[in-house]
Amino acid sequence: MRESVQDYSVVRGFAYSALFWLVIGLVVGLWLAAEMFYPKLNLTPWLSFGRLRVVHTNGLAFGFALAGIFSCTYYMLQRLTRTPIVFPRLAKFHLYLFNAAIALAALSLFAGMNTSKEYAELEWPLDVVVVIMWVVFAVNVFATLARRREKQMYISLWYIIAMTVTVAVLYIVNNLSVPVNLFKSYPIYAGVNDANVQWWYGHNAVGFVFTVPILAMFYYFLPKTVNLPIYSHRLSIISFWSLVFAYLWTGAHHLMLTPVPEWIQTVAIAFSIFLIAPSWGSVVNGYYTMRGNWELMKTNYLTKFFIVGITFYGLQTIQGPTQGLRTLTAFFHYTDYVVGHVHMGTMGWVTMIISAALYYMIQEMNKTEVFSVRLANLHFYLILAGQLLYTVTMWIAGIQQGAMWKATNPDGSLTYSFIETVASLYPYWKIRFAGGLVYFLGIVVFIYNFIMTGRASKRTALDAGMKTA
Amino acid sequence: MGVYSKPALFALLSVVLILVGTFVTTILPIYLPTTQPVSSYIKPYTAVELEGRDIYIREGCNNCHTQTVRPLRTEVARYGEYSKPEEFAYDRPHLWGSRRTGPDLARVGGKYPDSWHYQHLYDPASISPVSNMPAYGWLAGRRLDTGYTFRKVSVLGYGYTRQEVEQQIAAYMERVTAPDYAARDVRNRVTPPELRDTLTEMDALVAYLQKLGRDVKELEKSRRAAMLDKTIGMSEVR
Ligand code: HEC
Ligand code: HEM
Ligand code: HEM
Repeated sequence: MRESVQDYSVVRGFAYSALFWLVIGLVVGLWLAAEMFYPKLNLTPWLSFGRLRVVHTNGLAFGFALAGIFSCTYYMLQRLTRTPIVFPRLAKFHLYLFNAAIALAALSLFAGMNTSKEYAELEWPLDVVVVIMWVVFAVNVFATLARRREKQMYISLWYIIAMTVTVAVLYIVNNLSVPVNLFKSYPIYAGVNDANVQWWYGHNAVGFVFTVPILAMFYYFLPKTVNLPIYSHRLSIISFWSLVFAYLWTGAHHLMLTPVPEWIQTVAIAFSIFLIAPSWGSVVNGYYTMRGNWELMKTNYLTKFFIVGITFYGLQTIQGPTQGLRTLTAFFHYTDYVVGHVHMGTMGWVTMIISAALYYMIQEMNKTEVFSVRLANLHFYLILAGQLLYTVTMWIAGIQQGAMWKATNPDGSLTYSFIETVASLYPYWKIRFAGGLVYFLGIVVFIYNFIMTGRASKRTALDAGMKTA
Repeated sequence: MGVYSKPALFALLSVVLILVGTFVTTILPIYLPTTQPVSSYIKPYTAVELEGRDIYIREGCNNCHTQTVRPLRTEVARYGEYSKPEEFAYDRPHLWGSRRTGPDLARVGGKYPDSWHYQHLYDPASISPVSNMPAYGWLAGRRLDTGYTFRKVSVLGYGYTRQEVEQQIAAYMERVTAPDYAARDVRNRVTPPELRDTLTEMDALVAYLQKLGRDVKELEKSRRAAMLDKTIGMSEVR
């Protein structure tokens, strides 16, 4: 079989990198969560909340999620094209460059080299490295696609192509800046424009990192896991093109009621509402793929990761558009409610899908069974419980915060001073920390299970006197 | 079938599609006057304020503080006049933020005396016991690096000459080290002895905080004065 020629070493390399950055990012996240109610933890300048928060977001979005995405992309690409990676040495270089870039990113952010633009905080020399890394990745994607043996490109490949080109455009446009020295630069945009460009980028970073490639995984690994074809090809075509078209119009829903021109805000909201359709197109396609086979949720341990994951994606894509509506944004913007939204997406949708995809791939690549189905189930329930505790708590906290900011006395004066609203949130922040701990435990179980699966197969392979790649 | 078997065409089509929304909502507005209004009442940052702003960025204060007051009744009551586009003409990058763990700072300039800020930055809990803002006392232990200040204002196009930059720095240093500086006691308490006669990072940060919203407040003040003058029948001021 041709499959044996395929090169999985970068797939493995990126998988382990993802796990490494996941642990780092989560430990930082827990520290951050504790600082919210126990500010004495701001022990040193580099541990202070303002710097640490950026390490958390970058570490998880770009360290963990991107590594997971690269791992799955190199895997899906080879499988769906039935072609080995065209430039395996370049892919290796990509792996090393990626980890070096993330490590330098973490160090520089700890040191306070920070552009302040959310999810684009890296200073310009690292931006250059990121762009080179992305080109290296794109070369392999397109070269492998060009050499493919499978004429038709499966749905997942569409999403991979969309991510590859869009992230490049987003990253370059938003990071255009004039250097002052090696460690400091100023963006070429000012004020309102800077905000508008930034959130065009910010929202689409969410769209083309936390959504599009994760959907690629969903469309590939769900059918593989349950061994059923995706329900509707036509629905996936409509969902894909309308999602890719509409996403780019919605950035200003992060800027509601700010000085950004009102028409841009209105357009953003209109397209945000529209986005429910393509988003739910994928959700429905996933659900219908399962039709008549729902017992797999019980009998096949991986299925529930995908189905529960896509359910959170569905909830996320309803919550998102609604919290952008003018009346609701007036209430929820800037509160913990949005933090709840963020973590339902990242802890519920992104990590569920990536971890299930990693389980699937390690079994296939090593031709083995998962080390322990029971541990995988434990992992699932711990991250689910931790995430729910986290997000539900933050929604309640957000509602309370919004209500307290708005509360007025009969004479029209404000009922609460700002610090009273802060004081009232401490209990929620503590519960959130507990939720984070439960989630973290689940991830520890996951990593143990994953590593043992990788090892176990090595042992059986050695027993059989074979050599594993 | 069609584009689904042509990766290059597929990529091209995707790029075209994403550029439509990008162009309308992001590129086009750059060239519209509504996003870049200029008003004479808004002044660029001084050299020291700019350095303070860069410290604000470095420390990620924007992760807890916003800098836009929204046009909502309760928000205006809490913070002051809502934010207008022209106020940000000199902001590269903007610092509007996305999370309000601490209060909005767009109108904090002039709200407190300098001494309040020194004390608050040094130990927020000494002013608000339940505050979860980190203590930034160590900023007073770091000398302000002005080696790149002129380059910075040149990149930003504020139009100051090198001499003006030096003057601004010297003037501010004179102000905070003067024996009659109103915040002298607190400043001396939080600043290590060897740095008391020079500019620290905390000095610059305080200068920046005092600038936030100042131009707007001054405009309001002069407008109010003008209105008062009219009502009592005096000739127009200014
Ligand atoms: C963990 C979040 C957090 C970070 C990071 C943070 N702050 Fe705060 N800040 C707060 C909170 C909460 C308050 C309200 C309680 C108080 O006054 O301490 C506050 C209050 C303030 C105030 C008073 C505002 C007013 O109107 O009373 C100023 C000024 C301020 N912070 C400046 C800064 C600066 C400058 C930085 C960065 C060096 C910073 N903050 C970083 C949370 C934070
Ligand atoms: C143990 C689990 C986690 C904990 C305890 C945690 C904690 C936190 C905290 C305390 C914040 C700051 C909130 C604020 O400023 O009020 C935050 C923000 C954020 N976290 Fe997490 N986090 C966790 C998991 C994750 C994961 C898995 C991801 C991504 C894959 C993630 C991505 C983010 C992002 C993007 C933000 C910024 C949100 C915004 O700007 O609104 N987090 N997290
Ligand atoms: C149709 C889809 C979606 C829409 C319309 C949407 C809408 C929104 C809106 C309006 C906000 C800003 C809230 C505020 O600041 O007041 C927001 C924030 C955010 N959303 Fe979504 N959302 C969607 C899907 C997702 C998904 C799938 C994720 C995946 C994790 C996600 C992650 C985030 C993050 C990380 C932020 C915080 C950004 C920040 O302030 O730093 N969103 N979303």
